[in-house]
Amino acid sequence: MNTNTPALALHEVRKQFGATQIIHGVNLVIAAGERHAIIGPNGAGKSTLFNLISGRFPVSSGRISLRGHDITGCTPFQINRLGLARSFQVTNIFHRMSVFENIRCATLWSLGYGYSFWHRVGALRDVRERSEQVMEHIGLARRRDISAGVLTYAEQRALEIGITIAGDAPVILLDEPTAGMSRTEAAQAMALIQRVTQGRTLLMVEHDMSVVFGLADRISVLVYGECIASGTPAEIRANAAVQEAYLGSLHPQTEAT
Amino acid sequence: MNTTLRYRPLNLGRWLLWGTTALIFVLAPLFSDASFALTLLSQMGILIIFSLSYNMLLGQSGMLSFGHAVYSGLGAYIAVHALNFIGKGTLHFPVSLLPLIGGCAGLVFGSIFGYVTTKKSGTTFAMISLGIGEMVFACVLMFPGFFGGEGGITTNRVVGSAVLGVTYGPAIQVYYLIAAWAFICMIAMFALTQTPLGRMANAVRDNPERAEFIGYNTQRVRYIQLMLSAFFAGVAGSLSCINYEIVSAENVSAIRSGGVLIATFIGGVGLFFGPILGAILFTLFAIALSSFTKAWLLYLGLFFLLMVLYAPGGVAWLVAIQLPVLRARRLTDLLWPYSLAILAAAVCVIGLVGSVEMLYHAALESGGDRHIQWFGLNVDVRTPTPWLVTSALLLCGGLATRYAMQFVQRRWDTIQLALRQVAT
Ligand SMILES: Nc1ncnc2c1ncn2[C@@H]1O[C@H](COP(=O)(O)OP(=O)(O)O)[C@@H](O)[C@H]1O
Ligand SMILES: [Mg+2]
Repeated sequence: MNTNTPALALHEVRKQFGATQIIHGVNLVIAAGERHAIIGPNGAGKSTLFNLISGRFPVSSGRISLRGHDITGCTPFQINRLGLARSFQVTNIFHRMSVFENIRCATLWSLGYGYSFWHRVGALRDVRERSEQVMEHIGLARRRDISAGVLTYAEQRALEIGITIAGDAPVILLDEPTAGMSRTEAAQAMALIQRVTQGRTLLMVEHDMSVVFGLADRISVLVYGECIASGTPAEIRANAAVQEAYLGSLHPQTEAT
Repeated sequence: MNTTLRYRPLNLGRWLLWGTTALIFVLAPLFSDASFALTLLSQMGILIIFSLSYNMLLGQSGMLSFGHAVYSGLGAYIAVHALNFIGKGTLHFPVSLLPLIGGCAGLVFGSIFGYVTTKKSGTTFAMISLGIGEMVFACVLMFPGFFGGEGGITTNRVVGSAVLGVTYGPAIQVYYLIAAWAFICMIAMFALTQTPLGRMANAVRDNPERAEFIGYNTQRVRYIQLMLSAFFAGVAGSLSCINYEIVSAENVSAIRSGGVLIATFIGGVGLFFGPILGAILFTLFAIALSSFTKAWLLYLGLFFLLMVLYAPGGVAWLVAIQLPVLRARRLTDLLWPYSLAILAAAVCVIGLVGSVEMLYHAALESGGDRHIQWFGLNVDVRTPTPWLVTSALLLCGGLATRYAMQFVQRRWDTIQLALRQVAT
C-alpha cells in the first residue's frame, strides 16, 4: 500500500434519520498512524459518525474509504475484515461468556479460522497466545475465567477495548472509552489506550479535554453534525470558532455522560 | 439462586465422563431383559441424538425452532427408501451406516430450508421454522407416491448380508446400533462446541451485533450451525426408521418438533449434557408413564410448565448449581430443607395424581366400571370421600411445598453468601 494512502477518508458524508439530518456533509482525512480525537458537545453526532464509518448504519450520501478501499455501503463484518475495529460507547460485550472467551472470539477471524468446525479452539496456539497477550495488556489476565457479565464497570470497559484490539486491526475506533469512569480509572484507561494503540491509527471520541489534548496528534471538532475545525491540539485551543462553540460555553468534564 | 460461572478445563474428568457414558450405554440393557426396557432404551438413544442436535440451535445459537422434525423426518424418509432399495438388492450399503444417508439428507434439507430460516433470528426465525414445518407436513400428505400418505412407508431392517452375525433382527442388536451412533454423535456434537464455529455460535447467541464487528457474518454462523444440526437430526431420523421399520407423516409433524423442544428444555439448554437428561426424562414420560396412565401428556405438560416457571435452566442446571456447594462441603446443610421439600412435593403430587386419575376415570369410563384399584384399595369415584382426600393432600402438600421452598431458599442464600465471601 502507498504510504500516502490515508487510513480513513470521509467525503461529504451525510446522514439523516427520517427528516432530521444529523450529519451535515463531514469531510475528514486521517493519515495512517495518526491519533485523531473527535470532540463535540452531546448530541453533536459523534457516535453516529462512528456508526457510519463502521457500517452499523448506511450513509445517506457521501463516500467513505478505508486504507484505499471504498467501504461505502459495506456491512460491519466486511469493514472489520478490511482492517477496522471499533468499541462502543455503551458497553457491548458477550455477557454470558468468560473474559477469555470474549477475547478469544475476537481473535478468531483475524487469525484465519473463520467458520471452521474442524479446528479445536483449545489446541490453537496462536489464538491462545494472542488472547493471553491481550488480556495481559488490558489488565484482565487474573479475571480470565470470570463471566463477563459480572465484571465491574471499569473492567467491562477494559474488556470492550480488549475485544476491539484483539483482532489486531490497523485502524481502531474508540467511542468514549472512559465514559462513566472516575478520574483515576479514566487516567488508567488512557494509559492503556496509549499502550495498545501503539503503531496503529486511532480515531476516538472523548469528552475529557485534558486527556484528549495529551494523547491526540490531531483533533476535529464536531458541532451539530458539522466539522467546524480540524487541526493540532494547539491550533484547536487557539481556534476562536471552537472557543465560542464549545470550549468556552461549557465545561466538558462535568458534562460527560 | 445466582452463581458465578467459572470455566475450567477438566481433562481427566472429561475422559471419566465419556468412559462412564459409554459404559452405561453398554450395560444398560443388561439390567432388565424385558423387551419393554429395550424399547425404552432405544427410544432414549434416538431422542438423545435428536435433542442434542436441537440444542445446537436453541441452547448454543439462540435459535428457537418449531420445525426441527422436518430434518429428522425427511432424513427418515430418505433412509426408509434407501433401506427398501437395499432390501431389493438395487443398493449395496451396510444397514449399520444407513444413518449416514439420513444424516446427509438432513444436511441437504438443512441447506435448503436453513438458507431461508437463518436469514433472520429471534421471533422471525421461530415463525419461519414453524411455517416450513407446516409446509413440509402438507407436502408429505400431498405426495403419497414418495411419502406413503397417512399410512407412511414400511420397511424391513433385516436385509442385506449379515456382517459378523449382525442381522438387526433381534431388538438388542438394534439397541446397540443406536447406542453406538448415540455415543459417536454425542462426542461429535460436543467436539463441535469446541471449534471456532461452536464458540462463535455462542457469541452470536449472546450478542449478534458485536459478533458482526469482530468479522463474523452472523447469518452465515447460524446457517452453518443449522446445517450441521440438521445432519444429526437426520441421523436420529434414520435410527428411528430402523427401530420402528415405519416412517410416516408423524415423523415430520409439529408434534415431534414440539416434543424435542420440550425434551431439550426440560433437560436444560445451557449445558451440553442437559438435552441428554431431557431425552431420558421425556422418554420415561412418553413411554413408561403412558403405559400406566392416559393422563401422561397432562403430567408432562405440568412438569414442563413448572420447569419453565421455576427452573428455566432445566434439570442440568439444577444439578450444576449444586456442584459448588458440594465442593465446599456445604451440601449437608441443605439435606434437611431438601428432604422436607421433596416430602411436601411428594404429598402434593400424590394428591394431584389421585385427583387427575379419578377425573380421567370418571370422564372417560363413566359408562362402565366406577371403581379404581389403587394399591389394593378399591376406590369408588362416585363417592365424595376419595375426592376430599386427594384434594386435601393436594392443598396441604402444595402449601407445605411453598413453605419448604422458602426454607430451602433461605439456606441457599446463606450458603451462597458464605461461598462468595470465601471467593473474594
Ligand atoms: N438510530 C437513530 N435514530 C434516530 N436518531 C438518532 C439515532 N441515533 C442517533 N440519533 C440522533 O442523532 C443525534 C446525535 O447522536 P449521537 O451521534 O449519539 O451524539 P453524540 O455521540 O455526539 O453524543 C442525537 O440527536 C440522536 O438523537
Ligand atoms: Mg456518543
